[in-house]
Amino acid sequence: MRGRVLHAGAASAPAARLDAPLSFWGGFDPVTGRIIDQAHPQVGESLTGRVVVVGGSRGSSGTPGVLAESLRRATGPAGLIVNKADVNLTAGALVAEALYECVCPIVLLDDASFADVGSWPGIAITNDGTVSPIVSETASP
Amino acid sequence: MGSTLQLDEREQRWLSGADGEAMRLAMQMMVTAADVSDATEFVEIEFAHINSSFYSGQVSLDFAEFLLANGGSFAVPTHTNASLIDCSTPELRAEHDHPVEVGGARRLMAIYAELGASAMWSCAPYAEPTGRPRQGAHVVGSESNAVSFFNSVLGARTNKYGDFIDVCAAMTGRVPLAGLHTDAGRRASHVFDLTGLSGEELADSTLPHVLGIILGHEAGSAIPVVVGLDTATEDDLKAIAAAGGTSGAVEMFHVVGVTPEARTLDAATAGVVPAGRTIVDSALVRSTRARLSTSTTAPLSAVCLGTPHFTASEFAGLRAALDGRPVDGRVQLLVTTSRAVLAEIAAHGWDDELRSLGVQIVLDTCTYYSPRARGVDGLVMTNSAKWAYYAPGILGVDVAFGSLPECVDAAVSGKVGRRD
Repeated sequence: MRGRVLHAGAASAPAARLDAPLSFWGGFDPVTGRIIDQAHPQVGESLTGRVVVVGGSRGSSGTPGVLAESLRRATGPAGLIVNKADVNLTAGALVAEALYECVCPIVLLDDASFADVGSWPGIAITNDGTVSPIVSETASP
Repeated sequence: MGSTLQLDEREQRWLSGADGEAMRLAMQMMVTAADVSDATEFVEIEFAHINSSFYSGQVSLDFAEFLLANGGSFAVPTHTNASLIDCSTPELRAEHDHPVEVGGARRLMAIYAELGASAMWSCAPYAEPTGRPRQGAHVVGSESNAVSFFNSVLGARTNKYGDFIDVCAAMTGRVPLAGLHTDAGRRASHVFDLTGLSGEELADSTLPHVLGIILGHEAGSAIPVVVGLDTATEDDLKAIAAAGGTSGAVEMFHVVGVTPEARTLDAATAGVVPAGRTIVDSALVRSTRARLSTSTTAPLSAVCLGTPHFTASEFAGLRAALDGRPVDGRVQLLVTTSRAVLAEIAAHGWDDELRSLGVQIVLDTCTYYSPRARGVDGLVMTNSAKWAYYAPGILGVDVAFGSLPECVDAAVSGKVGRRD
């Protein structure tokens, strides 16, 4: 399937599906790469090197800074698949690429595609916004 | 994409890098922001109040240094939000205890001054004349209470702009025409009806704080309109703005008969029947207020006032409540405010008078930020719903929420009580 590219890039990594939007400021620790919002369903989960499937960010205007800081530290996501056009996540990815050449693609999917992707254990994103499941070697025919 | 954003000659020039890498990045950010928000044009802004000047890691410094090294400058008057540190009270957060954060914040303050931002360092820009954009002006706000105050109380127009976007907008002098910049985006669609509250309940100075928390909880992404609070003062509206942006994502609200775009309920809703309605009755007010306190029995260590930064009229209220009584030696009474408001009260000699009674006036920062300010531990009392909402999670303290007179009585007696 193919979504709308909010920030271009390629990634291929295990998926982390979040069941609620996340405020990166105050809800995610850029030092450890883990969710620290005690009220979030995936609290404690690491996002480092994952393609994170999340509706979007919420809350504070500090989200772009925290996402960019995590990408600088290499504790951040490998890519993001979102369900709402999220300007704050996009701003964080843009600055991280401009300053540090860290690429974190962001793709917006419609509701049906977003729901499908949620069950994939690994996800590949390409520059044009194509999103596909990673089929492990042992499972392929 | 569907977007048909047209760039003028100057915008294309910035995007090409001909005016330097800082302007290229700024324009690239604004094009991206327009694209993501499906805007097809930009609108020029007159004013910015930025939060990227708050230290939130090395990236804050790297971004600002990149702009400075590549010829970045601001196209409009640009004011800084509160910082992590008070340069005039360095012992509040000691640099040797927190070298990375405090050192980083100090360096960041210097860079933004070099970039040409005005050193306001306040979350209540509207408390000083240069921080009050005119009605109808398109502006950039970033701190949630200031965004809501600009939109709701002053009738200026801004969305809540996150890190980096605020600065890029101030550099290019424009934002995508979307959301609260448009007439349609400012229409109220959720009524909060206070007409069932008694005169006494309406006069309680904690009501605006509690009401803000209720708006944040109930409104979702709708714009609230409050009916039945036609005596609200500007300080009351400040309290609603702060609390609504704390418990939820309220970036604008109307108060019928008070705020400039709500002369009538019909004016606020543009004649469209509101989709949501919440009756704010005594029980809802009481239960919401009760949840703002985690404890009232532990020994009191501090009273924190000024979230958002105390205004001159709030200082007048503090003087009246203190009435010459000194603060108890076991308690710190900390009041956060801006340099401009301090200058205003100093002209009346109020600062010396308050200090002689044991009040500590803190500038540029807030007492709920982490790392924890010296002495802010154990049980802390505040009159700010925003402080009460955030501090238990951020600082691990217990909070007692009460009115300004109750806070002052607690600071004087060393004990939390309730004036009834």
